[in-house]
Amino acid sequence: MSPPPRPESVAQLERLIAALKAKGIVTEEELTARQAQTDRASPEIGARMVAKAWTDPAYRALLLRDGSEAAEMMGVSMAGAPPLGVLEDTPARHHVIVCTLCSCYPRAVLGYPPSWYKSFAYRSRVVREPRAVLAEWGTVLPPHVELRVVDSTADYRWMVLPVRPAGTEGWGEAQLAALVTRDVLVGVALPQAPVAAAAE
Amino acid sequence: MSDSPAPRFALGDAVRVKEDWPERRRLPSGAPSCHIRTPHYLRGRTGRVERVLGAFPNPEDLAFGRPAPRRVLYHVLFAQPPLFNEGQPGDDVLVEIFEHWLEPAATAAKEAA
Repeated sequence: MSPPPRPESVAQLERLIAALKAKGIVTEEELTARQAQTDRASPEIGARMVAKAWTDPAYRALLLRDGSEAAEMMGVSMAGAPPLGVLEDTPARHHVIVCTLCSCYPRAVLGYPPSWYKSFAYRSRVVREPRAVLAEWGTVLPPHVELRVVDSTADYRWMVLPVRPAGTEGWGEAQLAALVTRDVLVGVALPQAPVAAAAE
Repeated sequence: MSDSPAPRFALGDAVRVKEDWPERRRLPSGAPSCHIRTPHYLRGRTGRVERVLGAFPNPEDLAFGRPAPRRVLYHVLFAQPPLFNEGQPGDDVLVEIFEHWLEPAATAAKEAA
């Protein structure tokens, strides 16, 4: 958990908001609406998008072509948000996302980034020794799977569309979405089908 | 967008990230004079255009509240092992780079020769 904000930071923020309001740059309504939108966003949105893409080829095509429009279709307002790009995992390639320069993260569909995503250790190491970093999550990629690190440096925000796990044939969208965690959407973990795991 | 510049590079083009270090050019006060969205580890490195992502107001201007002309943004793919002299062949790094940071890789090779 983050420590509580320092009183001087809160006071500074209040002065900034007052100045922006006085200049007519933002209104209280806009601030409230944006705050509510940010608080509503969570990895469950991204998970629902992935589950739908796994079951609906047309939605999958849209998701890969225009992630923002695919998010809007799920009821997410992308107005004012950076464009969303979606990276398609295949049996031969896996993606993992980082922002080495700061902490760019697809907040509209994943919510707030976890603290490790913003940590210096993750940002500096995953671009250099990605397989070692993933292994620390228990994500060991076979050598034949190529690993593509996506450094989110500029105006897009990125999310991973993982491979649908074997053993989930016939599953419904809600059941599938439960396999897609925040870590899966960033690419540090792979979706685990409980049935397949139990069968091993 | 009518004010979007035409892309200089196309899918598959070999491009080199300029070996420029604007962050070393400081203001007389010693403060940084720039805001850069091109990671250090890519300066001077050669990659391949994977996708043209569109045009966006140049963040290097936006950061200072200056008028920000739109610049074309690319997804550029770099092979992983040469970047850090480690890693597994076949692995790679995909990064958003603005056009003014890129030059044709062939020209760069000629300059180096």
